[in-house]
Amino acid sequence: MLRREIVTIAALALFSSAAAAQDTVKIGLILPMTGQQASTGKQIDAAVKLYQAQHGTTVAGKKVEVILKDDTSVPDVTKRLAQELVVNDKVAILAGFGITPSAMATAPIATQAKVPEVVMAAGTSSITEASPFIVRTSFTLAQSSVPMAEWAFKNGIKKVVTMVSDYGPGIDAEKSFSDKFKADGGTIVENLRVPLRSPDFAPVLQKAADAKADALFVFVPSGAGAQFVKQFVERGLDKSGTKLIATGDVTDDDQLNGMGDVVVGVINAHNYSANHDSALNKSYVEAFKKANGGLRPNFMSVGGYDGMNLIYEALKKTGGSTDGEKLLAAMKGMAWESPRGPISIDPDTRDIIQNIYIRKVDKVNGELYNVEFATIPNVKDPVKAAKK
Amino acid sequence: MATILFDGVAYGMLLFVLACGLAVTLGLMNFVNLAHGAFAMAGGYVTVILMDRWGVPFIACLPLAFAAAAALGFVLERTLYRHMYGRDHLDQVLFSIGLVFMAVAITDYLLGSSQRNIRLPDWLQGRREILGVNVGIYRSFLIVLCGALAVGLQAGLMRTRFGSRLRAAVDDARVARGLGIPVATVFAATFAVGSGLAGLGGALGVELLGLDPYFPLKFMIYFLIVVTVGGTSGIMGPFVASLLLGVADVAGKYYLSSALGGFVIYVVLIVVLVLRPNGLFARAR
Amino acid sequence: MTGNQTIAAQGLARRACWRVPEIVFWVVAFAALFLPPGKHLLLNEVAILALFALSLDLILGYAGIISLGHAAFFGAGAYAAGLLCKFVTPDPLAGLLVAIAAAALLGLLTSFLVLRGSDLTRLMVTLGVALVLHEVANALPQWTGGADGLQGMVVGPLLGRFDFDLYGRTAYAYSLATLFVFFLLARRIVNAPFGLSLMAIRRNTLRASALGVPVNRRLVAVYTLAAAYAGAAGALLAQTTAYVSLEVLEFQRSADVLLALIIGGAGWLYGGLAGAIVFKILQDTLSSNAPQFWMFWMGLFLVVLALVGRERLSGGMRGLLARVIRR
Repeated sequence: MLRREIVTIAALALFSSAAAAQDTVKIGLILPMTGQQASTGKQIDAAVKLYQAQHGTTVAGKKVEVILKDDTSVPDVTKRLAQELVVNDKVAILAGFGITPSAMATAPIATQAKVPEVVMAAGTSSITEASPFIVRTSFTLAQSSVPMAEWAFKNGIKKVVTMVSDYGPGIDAEKSFSDKFKADGGTIVENLRVPLRSPDFAPVLQKAADAKADALFVFVPSGAGAQFVKQFVERGLDKSGTKLIATGDVTDDDQLNGMGDVVVGVINAHNYSANHDSALNKSYVEAFKKANGGLRPNFMSVGGYDGMNLIYEALKKTGGSTDGEKLLAAMKGMAWESPRGPISIDPDTRDIIQNIYIRKVDKVNGELYNVEFATIPNVKDPVKAAKK
Repeated sequence: MATILFDGVAYGMLLFVLACGLAVTLGLMNFVNLAHGAFAMAGGYVTVILMDRWGVPFIACLPLAFAAAAALGFVLERTLYRHMYGRDHLDQVLFSIGLVFMAVAITDYLLGSSQRNIRLPDWLQGRREILGVNVGIYRSFLIVLCGALAVGLQAGLMRTRFGSRLRAAVDDARVARGLGIPVATVFAATFAVGSGLAGLGGALGVELLGLDPYFPLKFMIYFLIVVTVGGTSGIMGPFVASLLLGVADVAGKYYLSSALGGFVIYVVLIVVLVLRPNGLFARAR
Repeated sequence: MTGNQTIAAQGLARRACWRVPEIVFWVVAFAALFLPPGKHLLLNEVAILALFALSLDLILGYAGIISLGHAAFFGAGAYAAGLLCKFVTPDPLAGLLVAIAAAALLGLLTSFLVLRGSDLTRLMVTLGVALVLHEVANALPQWTGGADGLQGMVVGPLLGRFDFDLYGRTAYAYSLATLFVFFLLARRIVNAPFGLSLMAIRRNTLRASALGVPVNRRLVAVYTLAAAYAGAAGALLAQTTAYVSLEVLEFQRSADVLLALIIGGAGWLYGGLAGAIVFKILQDTLSSNAPQFWMFWMGLFLVVLALVGRERLSGGMRGLLARVIRR
C-alpha cells in the first residue's frame, strides 16, 4: 500500500521534474571572464544580461536560462566546459567564445551533439567552416579590412605598410587588406607582424617608419590599441606624413575615451560604433551604461546582444523546440535591426552579413567617439565569398 | 640604428626600476617574491586614478605612486610576509602566487579589466633631435630619471650607514644581528623601498607597457629574467642586466623578423645562465 | 649477503610494499570509471594533471631540481602526438609512444642546463627553455597552427575498438590506465637504489658525490625520465581533446603543475596526484560558482595554505588517517 504511494509520488516527481526541465531552454555561455580577454567576456556577459532584462526570460512558452562559464581563454578548458554543458546540463545552444581557438576546439562537439554554436566574439573567417552547426553574430577581420583597403585606395593612398598581430585574425586582416589593395592597384611596401604579447611596439614602428609609406594599416586586438596609437604618435609617424588606418579593434569603444587626444583623426573601418546614429543604438548605449556603471558598450557587446536576439527569434520560429537542426534552420537567413545597423545571417555560410562603416575618431560632446562618415552595406565575409 | 639602441636603453631602464626591488629582496631575504609585480601595478593604478579623478599632474603622481606602493609593501611585510621568512622556497612560491591571484582579482573587481591609459603632460610628448639621433622625449625622460635613481641607489648602498648595514645583513644575517644591526628593521625598510621602486616603475611604465589587472602575471617573467641574469648581490648586476635585455629585446625584434625576435631575450637568458649560473655579477659565496 | 646488506634490502622492501590506503586510492580511481557519465571529463583532466605533476615530482621532490618550465616537455609531447595524428596515423597509442620519445629527447638535450646553479638559476633556465619552445611553436604556424591551434586532428579509436566519445569515459580510462602504468614504474624506480641516490643528491650533492654517486649522470637520467612522463601527459591531453594550442607551452601550465605539486607535497609520489585532485576540483568548483572571482578564492586558499603550513596540514591529515586505520 505505502509502497505504491511512494512509487506514484516518485513517478509524479520524476515526470514533473522532467516536464519542468523540458520547459527550460538552457544556453551554455562560455566566455573568458578572467585572463587577458576578460574585457571581452565582461562586455558580452553584460550585453546578454541586458537583453534578458529588456526582453524577459520567457520565449515561446519556455524559460530561457543562461549558464555562464569562464574558460580563461584556454581552449581545452573551453572544450571540456562545452562537453559538460552538453552532457550534464543538456544545453540546447552553446554561445560565446572569446578567441578563435576556443571556437575551433568546440566545433567537433557542436557537430557531434548537434547543438548550434553561436560565436559572439571570435573573428577568424574559417571558424564557420569548422562545423555545420556554427553561426556567427560577431564579425570577421576580412569584413573590416577589405572595405578599408578600398576606401584607402579611392582616397589617394597608394603605398601602404601593414602591421598586424601575429595570429589568426591578424593574418586574416593582413591578407584580405593586402589582396584587395593590390587588386585595386595599390602597392604594399611591407607586411609587418607583431607578436601577440608585445609589450613594446617600438621596433616594429621603427621598421614602419623606415618604410615611408602613405599609410600604415594596423590590426591589434582590442586592448593593445591605446598602447599602439600612443607609440605611433610618440614616434612622430603622424607628423611624417604616414596616415594611420586601421580596423576598429584599435579604437575600441571600451577604452577609446581614455586614449587621449592623440587618437583624434584616426580613420578606421568596423561594424559598430557606440556613436551610431539610430534610435535603437541610442537606447542600447544608454541602457548599457546605466546597467554597468557608465561602461560604454563596444563591438564585442553587440555580438552578445545580437546573439541572444538570434537565439530568442529562432526559438520563436521553432515554437520552443530545442532540436538542434530545427534551430539551425531557423537561424539561417534571419534578418533584423541591431544597434549596429541592419544585419542578417547568410544561409550559405552561416556567417554574419552586416554594414561596415568607415569612421574617424572625433570629439563629440567632450568625449571621443568613432564618427561614421561612410557606409558599405551588407558586407559578406570576403574570404569565403572569394572561395566561391 | 641609434634610435633603436636608444629605445632599448629606455626600455631597459624601466625594467631596472621595476625589478631592482625584487633583486634586493631576493638577495637580502632569500625570499622568492613572485608578487613583486603587484606593487608595480599598485603604483600604476594610483597614478591612473589620481590623474583621472583628481587631475593630479603626472610628475606629482610619481612620488605618490612610490609612497603608496612602499606603504603597501611595508604593511604586507609586517603582517604577512614576515611569517614566511626562512620557509622553504616552494612555500614562498605558493604564498606569493596566491597573493598575485588575489591582487589581480581585487583590482579586476574594483577597477575593471580594461587597459588603462594616462595623458602625459605636453612637455613630455613628442620627439626631438639630440646629437643627430631622433629620440622620443618621454624615453629620454625615462633614461635620465632611472639613471639618476640607479646612481642614487648605488650611492645609498655604498656610502650610507643604512647601506652598509644592508650589505652586512645580505652577507650574513646572523653575524649582522650579533653585531647589533637591527636586521628585522633593515628587512622591513628594504622591502618597503623595493616595493616603492616597483610602484614608481609601474607608474612610469603605464605609457610604455600599458596597465591592466593582469600586469603582474604578464611581466613577472621579465622581472625574474632581470634578477636572475643580473645576480642578486647588488644594484649594478640588475642594472647591466636590464640594459642588456632591453637592448637585446628591442634590437632583436627590429633586425630579425617578429617570429625570431621574440626568442632573443630568452636565448640571452639561457646563454648567460649556462656560462655564469649565478648571474653576471654574482659574488662567489 | 652480509648482515648490513640484508638490513638494507629489508628496509628497501618495506618501503616498496603496498599499503592499504594506496590500494584503496587506486580501487576508487578505477571504480570511478563506472560512475554515471558527467564527471569523467573533469576526471580525465585530473588524471592528466596528476601524471604531469608526477613527472615534476620526480625532478623536484626526488632530485631537488626546481623547474618553472616543465610545460616544455608537456607541450613537446602534445604537439608530437598531435602532428603524428594529423599527418601519419590516428592511432592513439602510436602517438603516445612518439610523444614520449620526443619529450625524452628534448629532456636529454636540455638536461645539461640544469646541472649547475642555484634554485633560482634552474627556475629561470627551465622557464627560458619553455618560452623558447613557445616562440618556436608560434613561429611555425604551418606545422603547429600557431596561435589558432592545431586543427584537423581526428583521433582513432583506442586499441582499435574504443572510440573517444562525448562523455569522456574512454578518455578517462585511457588517461587513468596510462597514469597507473607510469606510476607503478615510478614507484619501482623511487624505491630502488637509483631513487635513493637521487634523494641523497637532493639532500647534499657534495656528500653524495663523495660517496661515489655519479651525480650528473643520475640527474640527466631522471630529468630525461621526467620529461618522458610529461610528454606522455601532453599526448594524453592532445588526444583526449583532439586539439593542441600554444597554451600547452605557456608559463601558466608550468605554474599550475608546480602549484598542484606543492599543494600535495613533493617527495612522496602521491603528492602530485593528491595535489592535482585538489587543485583541479577546487578550480572547477570555484570557477563554476563564481565565474568572475574564482581567482580571488584560489589565491586566498594558496596564501592560507602557505601560511598555515603544508606540513601541519598533511601531518594533520596523516594523523587523522592513522587514527581511522587503526580503528
